Amino acid sequence: MNVAAEGESTGFNIHPMDQFVVKPLFGGDTIEWYTITNVTMWMGIAVLAIIALMVLGTSRRAIIPSRTQSIAELIYGFIYKMVEDVAGHDGVKYFPYVLTLFLFILFSNLLGLLPKSFTTTSHVAVTVTLALMVFLGVTLLGLYKQGIGFLGMFWVTSAPLAIRPILAVIEVISYFVRPVSHSIRLAGNLMAGHAVIKVIAGFASMAVVSPVVVGAVTAIYGLELLVAVVQAYVFTILTCVYLRDAVGGAHH
Amino acid sequence: MATEAAQDAAAGAAAHGAAGQSSGMPQLDFSTWGNQIFWLLVTLVVIYFVLSRVVMPRIASVLAERNGTITNDLAAAEELKQKALEAEKAYNEALATARAEAAKIVAQARADIQKDLDKATAKADAEIAAKTAESEKKIAEIRAGAMESVTEVAKDTAKELVAVLGGKADAKSVTAAVNALLKG
Repeated sequence: MNVAAEGESTGFNIHPMDQFVVKPLFGGDTIEWYTITNVTMWMGIAVLAIIALMVLGTSRRAIIPSRTQSIAELIYGFIYKMVEDVAGHDGVKYFPYVLTLFLFILFSNLLGLLPKSFTTTSHVAVTVTLALMVFLGVTLLGLYKQGIGFLGMFWVTSAPLAIRPILAVIEVISYFVRPVSHSIRLAGNLMAGHAVIKVIAGFASMAVVSPVVVGAVTAIYGLELLVAVVQAYVFTILTCVYLRDAVGGAHH
Repeated sequence: MATEAAQDAAAGAAAHGAAGQSSGMPQLDFSTWGNQIFWLLVTLVVIYFVLSRVVMPRIASVLAERNGTITNDLAAAEELKQKALEAEKAYNEALATARAEAAKIVAQARADIQKDLDKATAKADAEIAAKTAESEKKIAEIRAGAMESVTEVAKDTAKELVAVLGGKADAKSVTAAVNALLKG
């Protein structure tokens, strides 16, 4: 009552964070781990969109591709080349996992730009899981492949002996900060962009500024499209960079 | 009054607090993390299997097939180009041969014509020479005939002149005189 009255009195009733609330889809208040929520729905839609593009789009297996098949092949070739270039030849084995990450993040980001939608990748829970999977996977893979020699990447042999211990401390810290920056970057970008759009759109209730608001929301929407694609790209290429450390492409 | 205001403020604060909680950062509501992580893992596994079982073999085979087709087409094009070059070479060779043949034929013909011409010229020269000789002979005959006639006329005229002048002309002396004059 009080809040509503306050909102009435100032003319604005903006709740920019409401779009991120996780709700059970079929009623009920409690959210157990198995509850079907809007998270489930939008992840499912992402899966369906990926299947539509990558499976149905390529179903004709044409030598001369259709438009959809072209896009699917383009994404495949783009990520394949990225893995090969960044992670090296030994990294190509992990291409399916990298492509999975890229497609999931790209489609979640883009679907989140639909009005009334829910952006799964704007949640720290999701991005932290993604980043930790990469971090743990890369660390375990590195230890498995190179044994104790994997820890050699913290011991910078090209530096003078005296400052190597200091560098080792810095390297270890930066290594453990990786999953944090990896996850916060994605969630932060998505969340901030969506919140800003909501806040600006809220000002549209003031008739005087509403034309400006429409223009601003349009402009930010364009920017958000760019951010959605670029963040998917950044997450993927960083995964490839970390993968290179594990498969031993960089530090010999 | 004061207590009322304090109560109002407290109620406002409480309401605000509740609102703040509900519209704070849903990202930091850890009660939903388990749910999100569970569904994320399900989603990733589904995407991974769809990609690795269906999509990637399919796209890889399409790309390989396309590369094969392009390579084959390029090879075929190269072969055809080679054939075209060979055909051009053969054509040029045939052209050169034909040209040489034609030159030979022309030279042959020229030689034949020259021979015929020489023959004809020689024949014509011979005929001309024969005719000239004949003509000269005739002219000589005519000239000899004319000289005889002139001598006869001169003898006759001399005899007549002698007779007219009243002399008795001795035929033998007149002829001798005329001959002497003609010779002189």
